[in-house]
Amino acid sequence: MGAAEQELKDFRGQVSAWMKDNKPADPGFLLPQTFMEVGDERQLEFLREWQHKIYSAGYLGMAWPKEYGGGGVAPIYQAIADQEMRRHAVPICFNVIGLGWAGPLINDIGTEEEKARYLKRILSAEDVWCQGFSEPDHGSDLGNAQTKAVRDGDEYVINGQKIWTTMGNFAQYMILLARTNPDTPRKYDGLSFFLAPMDVPGIEARPIRKLTGEYGFTETFFTDARIPADCLMGEEGQGWKIAMQTLQYERGAEAGAAGGQMMVRITIDDMIKQLGDVTRDGEPVLKDPVVRDELVKMIMEEKAVVLGERRAHITALTSDYPGSLPLSQKLRMTEMTRRMRQFAIGLQGAEGALYVGDDQARQGGFWQRAYLNSFSATIGGGTSQVQANIVAEHVLGLPK
Amino acid sequence: MSVMGNSALALSEEQAMLMDVAREFCQSKSPIAEVRTQLETVSGYDISLWDEMVNLGWAGIALPESCGGSGMGVATVVPVVEAMGKAMLGTPLVSSTLAAQLLVRAGAAAQFESVLSEIATGSVGTVALLENADWGDDNIHCTLDADGVLHGSKAFVADAGTAHFFVVLARHGDFPALALVRAEQLTAAAISPNVLIDQTKRSANVDFTGVQVAEGSWLSGEAVAGALRDVRLLGALLVAAEATGSAAACLDTVVDYLKTRKQFGKLIGSYQALKHPAVDILTAVDSARSFVYHAATVTSDDPLSRDAEIACRMAKADATETLLYAGDRAVQFHGGMGFTYECDAQLYIRRAQWTRQQFGDAQHHRKRLASLLLDSQ
Repeated sequence: MGAAEQELKDFRGQVSAWMKDNKPADPGFLLPQTFMEVGDERQLEFLREWQHKIYSAGYLGMAWPKEYGGGGVAPIYQAIADQEMRRHAVPICFNVIGLGWAGPLINDIGTEEEKARYLKRILSAEDVWCQGFSEPDHGSDLGNAQTKAVRDGDEYVINGQKIWTTMGNFAQYMILLARTNPDTPRKYDGLSFFLAPMDVPGIEARPIRKLTGEYGFTETFFTDARIPADCLMGEEGQGWKIAMQTLQYERGAEAGAAGGQMMVRITIDDMIKQLGDVTRDGEPVLKDPVVRDELVKMIMEEKAVVLGERRAHITALTSDYPGSLPLSQKLRMTEMTRRMRQFAIGLQGAEGALYVGDDQARQGGFWQRAYLNSFSATIGGGTSQVQANIVAEHVLGLPK
Repeated sequence: MSVMGNSALALSEEQAMLMDVAREFCQSKSPIAEVRTQLETVSGYDISLWDEMVNLGWAGIALPESCGGSGMGVATVVPVVEAMGKAMLGTPLVSSTLAAQLLVRAGAAAQFESVLSEIATGSVGTVALLENADWGDDNIHCTLDADGVLHGSKAFVADAGTAHFFVVLARHGDFPALALVRAEQLTAAAISPNVLIDQTKRSANVDFTGVQVAEGSWLSGEAVAGALRDVRLLGALLVAAEATGSAAACLDTVVDYLKTRKQFGKLIGSYQALKHPAVDILTAVDSARSFVYHAATVTSDDPLSRDAEIACRMAKADATETLLYAGDRAVQFHGGMGFTYECDAQLYIRRAQWTRQQFGDAQHHRKRLASLLLDSQ
């Protein structure tokens, strides 16, 4: 083992020990499995404190520049820290829009002032960030966004409505896509991109109650909300380009994220484990031939995704359908997750009908809630149906 | 322990180069028009084309160097077979490779050195395993008696009509045995060709009754059982590789049609009812390829590991279902055209029916995967 390898190994040991020692005890209430499930103050404060603790220990933003609060080391260190977080099943780093999308964007194209003002506070969770892209009438058709930003002296006046704003009621800042020019021939050219404060008068974030009965998103209304003109990122008219770059981070196609677990990864092993004492026809459910066949299909589906991640790096094995694996990744992962959770509930027998709040519910209703929440990923960030269109058009070259 | 287990996937430079050559070769030598000229021939393939493949060294890829092969293992046959599958090129490469593997893996490379050398130079070998339609039936009724005479018939013997050698699975006393039979030891009446749904393939029922196996041309014992198990898995892998190639070709056929056919004033590929299943075929092909090359990565010349067994079974279970889905949708999406013999969709849907049965269908393998994956929990 070379010196560099030894150093990484030592580092892994160090993170692992830290995670083991500092993993929070069960708080006695359900923690969000993803950043889209932060529904109340109690959860928010718990996760804020946890992220702050990880950051203070030096295990978040490790590859971001030192002068803006990062660790200034090679990305491999963050990758190792993330793996250890996953392995120790610690809570998520919830400030995902800051850590994963806004932060990398500011790092890559922001001004010195923007970097100094925002980056460190994203890492420490002092500032929570949200995203104002989707609108009620333009969920998948982002280029058609209608929320208006009108320049008035050294301010922009914002009017309009955004929806599906994750943590909109908790956030200090929003990455906002708004229309500064309604008259451009191409709809995309009228859009601009803002790093907008949420604490100005005229912004109202109304929590949306989700199908789980919990909260996590808001509808965000702008009524003559005035934000400083220097919140504009880049220049007027560059909004679409910047938004597209942001989506590259969101889809994982572009590196730069600060790290941390975005979501609790629930695997097929977890699903099999939960079955422990469940029976079917008086026998352990895992002995049932029909269940076994279905389960093997599920295992294979998950394995295919894992293997696909490996194969994506081998040019000779991807050259005939370039882009297929990365472009279909979201579609496959999210649909697989949804089906797996649905299946997991079906295996529980009569208990499958119980829900969070019932003492008898298996793992507190974890799977039921996880299934309902899984739709946030098959719908958010472009529905599976839109994803399928993208793959069909960009990989197979089918007409629009 | 995780049910995900080993997920290694790699391709050597040698394999990548061979893949390039094989793709280029199969594409240029076996366009669909050429495939169609072979549908009703006796051999099912162009013998001179097979000779060219042999000259490229493909018949000996997995054979030991001592027998005139290149000793690169079955993993290196995989990209060639996938390329053949993509071109729907029917040749005895899989049959020959498996016949040789069976002898080599039974530890009989030295005993059969001259036969193996002949295989490396293009003689066709095949394995005679099945006696009925059940890939899960391990009973052997065909016997090799104390005098070295065979009694019994074998079914669905691939490439039996053109094979120079048959590696016949028989029972010798209480042990499984392998007997090498040369084609000239059989009467013409002994081989009854099957009429196959896939017209690019050939197989036959073969009656070996009364064949006197030459001295030194058979072996039996535990080594045979181990080799047999491995060759069934490698057969599953090679058929999966071929099916993956065919499914990709089928997808291309579908996509071409969706991009050119107009209905109601629009290219039909713009309708989501056709577009989305096309993406489903693509992701299925992606999965199948990942499984196939993962399996190739974890196999070796040693007895196959548990990981390799899991990988080969997954590859077969996945790739055959993929081709089945692709072929089925290809017919449907071609509309009235799809119902004709002229439309290439028929080649794929027929290939799919043949493929799913070879070396056990998806249910066969998933049943065994369930034991491998779930009973150790």
